[in-house]
Amino acid sequence: MSGETHETHGAVHRHEPPTSFIRKYIFSLDHKVIGIQYIILALVAVLVGMTMSVLMRMNLSWPGTNWPILGTLFPGGAPDGMMTPEFYLSLVTMHGTIMVFFVLTTAPQGGFGNYFLPIQIGAEDMAFPVLNMLSFWVTFVGFVVILAAIFFSGAESTVGPIGGWTGYAPLSALPNSGPGQGMGMNLWIISIAIFCVGSLLGALNFITTLLNMRAPGMSLMRMPLTCWAWFTTAVLALLSFPVLLGGGVLLLLDRTAGTSFFIPGGLYIGGELSGASANFPIHTGGSPILWQHLFWFFGHPEVYIAILPGMGATSHILSTFARKPVFGYRAMVFAIFAIGLLGFFVWGHHMFISGMSPYSAMTFSILTLSIGVPSAVKTFNWLGTLWGARIRFTTPMLFAIGFVSLFVAGGITGLVLGQSSLDLPMHDTYFVTAHFHLVMGVASIFGMFAATYFWFPKMFGRMMSERLGRIHFWITFVGVYCIFVPMHTMGIVGMPRRFAQFTEYEFLATLHPLVVFVSIAAIATVFAQILFYFNLVWSIFKGEKSGANPWEATTLEWITPSPPPHDNFAGVIPTVYRGPYEFAVPGAPNDFIMQTEPEPGTVPATEGAGNGHNGHRH
Amino acid sequence: MVAVVEKARVIQTAKSSANRYRIGMWVALASILMMFTALTSAYIVRAGSSSDWQPLNVPRVLWLSTALIIIGSGTLETARRKLKRESPTAYRRWLLISAALGFAFLLSQLFAWRQLVQQGIYVSSNPHSSFFYVLTATHGVHLVGGLIALLFISLRTRSGGDSEFAIAKGQAAADAVTFYWHFLDLLWIYLFVLLFFWRS
Repeated sequence: MSGETHETHGAVHRHEPPTSFIRKYIFSLDHKVIGIQYIILALVAVLVGMTMSVLMRMNLSWPGTNWPILGTLFPGGAPDGMMTPEFYLSLVTMHGTIMVFFVLTTAPQGGFGNYFLPIQIGAEDMAFPVLNMLSFWVTFVGFVVILAAIFFSGAESTVGPIGGWTGYAPLSALPNSGPGQGMGMNLWIISIAIFCVGSLLGALNFITTLLNMRAPGMSLMRMPLTCWAWFTTAVLALLSFPVLLGGGVLLLLDRTAGTSFFIPGGLYIGGELSGASANFPIHTGGSPILWQHLFWFFGHPEVYIAILPGMGATSHILSTFARKPVFGYRAMVFAIFAIGLLGFFVWGHHMFISGMSPYSAMTFSILTLSIGVPSAVKTFNWLGTLWGARIRFTTPMLFAIGFVSLFVAGGITGLVLGQSSLDLPMHDTYFVTAHFHLVMGVASIFGMFAATYFWFPKMFGRMMSERLGRIHFWITFVGVYCIFVPMHTMGIVGMPRRFAQFTEYEFLATLHPLVVFVSIAAIATVFAQILFYFNLVWSIFKGEKSGANPWEATTLEWITPSPPPHDNFAGVIPTVYRGPYEFAVPGAPNDFIMQTEPEPGTVPATEGAGNGHNGHRH
Repeated sequence: MVAVVEKARVIQTAKSSANRYRIGMWVALASILMMFTALTSAYIVRAGSSSDWQPLNVPRVLWLSTALIIIGSGTLETARRKLKRESPTAYRRWLLISAALGFAFLLSQLFAWRQLVQQGIYVSSNPHSSFFYVLTATHGVHLVGGLIALLFISLRTRSGGDSEFAIAKGQAAADAVTFYWHFLDLLWIYLFVLLFFWRS
């Protein structure tokens, strides 16, 4: 905390922004710059992840085709332009890892959370700006290491380890267990460990900031739902990442120090018995299931880390464009917390086929299904918010409604997979792939698209193009359903995940047209994202000027200029008088009331808080 | 009226600003606790899952470690109280004593490692020795962090300034580091018991 130059000695004190380029844009202490850095990291990482998914779809749909470009780029992994199964598996692994960690965890929380949590609670920065900077740069190093795993996997034929993003032992624990499992796997574990540290620093900062730095009058129950979501997400990260970190340390020791935490005795690899030679030292008595427990104790909260910020943003945006208060604010808060809390007790549903006792499976099953209750509370409250509203169908609103649709479509199959009896036939099929992509992947990303279109004017002072945004929405929305709905059918038929090709399986031959259809939909959807990237870059320079409050919204980020000054509120600490979603209040002159608007009859704020908005017409 | 509100707000901001160190420390402790909970559950599962578990004998020097860290907790608590009674020189002296005790604890732990190595017991020898090295190393890394924090706040007492805000902040930092140190103390006692006095 030595470098913390931003101390408040009084409300009159103004923070001067740093002037050097490096302090301003690279090693910045400003939460807004750090938020944008996280978003840029996610925007880069998602390109890598999407490219990998396109390569996978190409291999699945057109097996045996020579892709000259693949042969040129990956002479080891795709000799003569045809992918090897190992190369495909490494794509699966790296696609999952990069998407889950460096996209779904960075953008919603590190990106938008960093930028808007302090502003929405009326703080001038995070509690620990130096830690905040460190958390981004640590995460960035983690990203560099995962990219290193692509290029230096130790095997010509892969772009990283081949064990999937879950890194199950003993495959992940033995360097000689397959191509890419040597240096590639080491780098993978190190990257994840670094990422854990970065996320923990971030979570610590979020929680402290929210508990400690709220503006006068900003009681917990006056916070926007976004803040509740970011807070719960931070708590989940704080309590789940240390478990992964601990497990990762043990896994790395199994690989490098000859311990046997996760490696059972008597393993044969390539006809060689454990202990037979120096490069396959003896291992005894380890428990592969132990790794699964440690991993999924982290892994399940992680899926909520990905989606909770999207839920927060959706609630916020639905209310703003429905011009109605969020239906059941308190219930929404408790539902967020219930989902977060229950998320810690359901990890076993990822392990129904690990040989666990049927009684444990039933317990995990019941707990899992009970998450349906708070999820349904949220869904009905979103619908209640929209009910009877005169909706303004802007692009962020479209994406927020899309989020609700995808959350329901993806969540409903969770009720299928959460039952141990139904999971037995469904596990490791495309049904699972479809389920988690819809609910944790695409729904979260829709939440972030909504957030981007919604907050872009605040971040850059200009609107994004509505026309491009709408085209982007409709192609993406139809596209993702075209990709993932057929996958349910494939899964029910019995098509297994993680297979590079299905040409050898007679019973899957009839599904081939569907596989091709999914691939075409996927490629089209990926290309539609060019519109989004173009819109982002174009609007920064050419977008229509937005003003402080273009959406006529009520929360604190809209009382300050766009983009906000270095200390968010130009040296003034706002005072909050009311809840976050006061739309269509009977008797009010406008259909929205800013949080800083004093109640009639109360003593007016001394500092002119709330003067940033111009919709006040008496 | 305006001046009163303004003054109240300034004090509020200063207090709140200082309090963040305490809150941040409690939050960090929750996180560290989760990591050791994970390692403990791994320990219990691994101990029960196979027959290759060979318990180590207690290295005698660990009793010395335990004594050192408990005394260190006491001296640091004294330091914190000295600061509350506004005697910064005594505060600094007790901080340095605590840091020396923390350093001695680390040396003692290293000595225990050396003794085991001399007996031919390495991290890969058997699951109990693996966990012994992992748990002591993880605890030690956190203690190194605590040492750095101790030295940091003892250097800061010199250039603290004497505004109300600086005092509040110095006190909060001292509190936070002391909590952390007590936590590591209790954590070590817990690990000691888990490693050598708990049998599956």
